Amino acid sequence: MDEDIIEFGLYVPPHPHPLLSPEANDGYGRLRAAYDECRKRIEESDADLIIVYSTTWPSIIGHQFQANPNSEWIHVDDDFHYLGSMPYSFTMDAEFAASCVEKAESRGLQARTVNYDAFPIDTGSITALSLLNPDNRLPATIVSSNMYANRSETIVLGKAIRDALKEGGRKAVVVVVSSLSNRMFTEPIDPSEDRIHSQKDDDWNRKILEFFKDGRLEDLSQLSREIHGQIRVQKVVAYKPAWWLAATMGQHNNYSGEILAYEALNGSGGAVIQLTPATGSVGDKEFDEDDVEYYKGDREVLNKGMLE
Amino acid sequence: MPKGEIVLGALAPHPPHVVYAENPSQNEPISEGGWETLRWGYNRLARKLEKLDYDAIVVFTPHWQTYVGTHFLGLPRFKSKSVDPIFPNIFRYNYDMEVDVDLSEAMCEKAAEAGLITRMMRNPDFRVDYGTITSCHMLNPKWDKPVITISSNRNTHYYSAEVMIEQALALGKACRDAIEESGKRVVLVSSHSLSHRHFVTESPLPEDMSREHIYNHSQYVWDMALIKLFREGKMKEAIDIMPEYTEQTIAETEGGGIIWMMGAMGMPDYPAEIYGYQSVIGTGNCIAAWVPEPDAREIVL
Ligand SMILES: [Fe+2]
Repeated sequence: MDEDIIEFGLYVPPHPHPLLSPEANDGYGRLRAAYDECRKRIEESDADLIIVYSTTWPSIIGHQFQANPNSEWIHVDDDFHYLGSMPYSFTMDAEFAASCVEKAESRGLQARTVNYDAFPIDTGSITALSLLNPDNRLPATIVSSNMYANRSETIVLGKAIRDALKEGGRKAVVVVVSSLSNRMFTEPIDPSEDRIHSQKDDDWNRKILEFFKDGRLEDLSQLSREIHGQIRVQKVVAYKPAWWLAATMGQHNNYSGEILAYEALNGSGGAVIQLTPATGSVGDKEFDEDDVEYYKGDREVLNKGMLE
Repeated sequence: MPKGEIVLGALAPHPPHVVYAENPSQNEPISEGGWETLRWGYNRLARKLEKLDYDAIVVFTPHWQTYVGTHFLGLPRFKSKSVDPIFPNIFRYNYDMEVDVDLSEAMCEKAAEAGLITRMMRNPDFRVDYGTITSCHMLNPKWDKPVITISSNRNTHYYSAEVMIEQALALGKACRDAIEESGKRVVLVSSHSLSHRHFVTESPLPEDMSREHIYNHSQYVWDMALIKLFREGKMKEAIDIMPEYTEQTIAETEGGGIIWMMGAMGMPDYPAEIYGYQSVIGTGNCIAAWVPEPDAREIVL
């Protein structure tokens, strides 16, 4: 790989059930087990930092990076308050957050750190950090998702974070907090009867998981607008997690992917996925649109797709 | 017991900037002022409310967003610190708020009877949203009346503006029934901006009024069209254009606040009192009040 700055990437769901009620449904339990497995893998890795991109922390003034070394409070989810409170105490890497801001600004983005007592960290970030890094073994930062940002801004944000990692000589695990399909049931359900909201959502989720399993992150990045139209409730302008993940980890398909769990969370598609930068598989996955640095001739995609 | 009634309904925008600009002791950041047109309008409406005899404030807020039904605050007191996740640099407010739980439960019950999905919120660690706090602070800085916050169900995004309007009107009607049965005199607050496109940059001094203006002229023209209907007492027409208005200006009306309030107030056909219109970080904000009792109604602006 070009730089040894990302140990691996994770894609995890934003809803609090795996943290607060893993026993309420076998699926929630499997998501929890997947989180626990990822926690172990982070512990066994050489990572010295966790970077979280949260779709449940919207921002307006560019992008915000959490920089409070002691982020502490008790959070309660807007919808699932009856599942219980979520006390948290996280160690943020203020220096790295500041470096991300500097790199983002030098790439033309608006960005700032936030370091305030009682800042309301969002449900998704709390769930992820509580389960993946329970004792603050590693410092972290959380980056917001700008509600007006589209592809270019999100891609540049990812590149800025890479700049900061390279300059700091850091090794990170990057975490996207997002559902796949995000349509929830709008009536209360018995948790034991939770399922994906519709067949269509389930079909699309499984197709996305196939791509993840094959390590085709850049292809997913380029499918983002289609995914947004097909299985995302139109709350924001675009489905951005794959853009951010690809830009931060590297815009290519050269990853090994693993689906650790895929389950319903109040109807939405919740998956725990690991993507690890790989070597050696260049050329065996057709790119939709390659990020070309050096022209090596046509890829002869059609020939490769033919039956032997 | 006499029948309860709604004594006033206020459209009360909640950009935290107006609280920041007021420099109350509860808010940590210090400002040099700003957004006077809105603040002075709020001050005037607050003076009117001070003279009004009422028991509780009911707030419908777009910043307590629920996907599974509509939720109601269900504990007698909430005391904590509210930090705006989007503008933490200007809003870090220590609040201490009493809730009229009886009325909250009654509204929740009536809404459920009307077929809406409802839930009481009884987690003591819950933080009240900054929309509620901003609107309530500006309308009643003494905080001497109990408050009820109602969450906004996100059905505009989940279904359509039309579905949202149907549900918000039904919720309003249910709240009115509960208020009438309670025998209480209540102020309704629809806490939101009108047009809602923000600038994505902020000047070094947020209150630098030389930088403040509406995001674009189209937003302004739409806001004025809506406010004209408010002035003319044509609230049915205002609600009729709401889906298109909301889409064209990505308005904060998508949460349903003013529609809920109009549903509760029986779709007023009398002029609203207009207290001010000003942009905040590019969004359009109007303070307006509907007063059912003709003798208490004024021409303000
Ligand atoms: Fe708002």
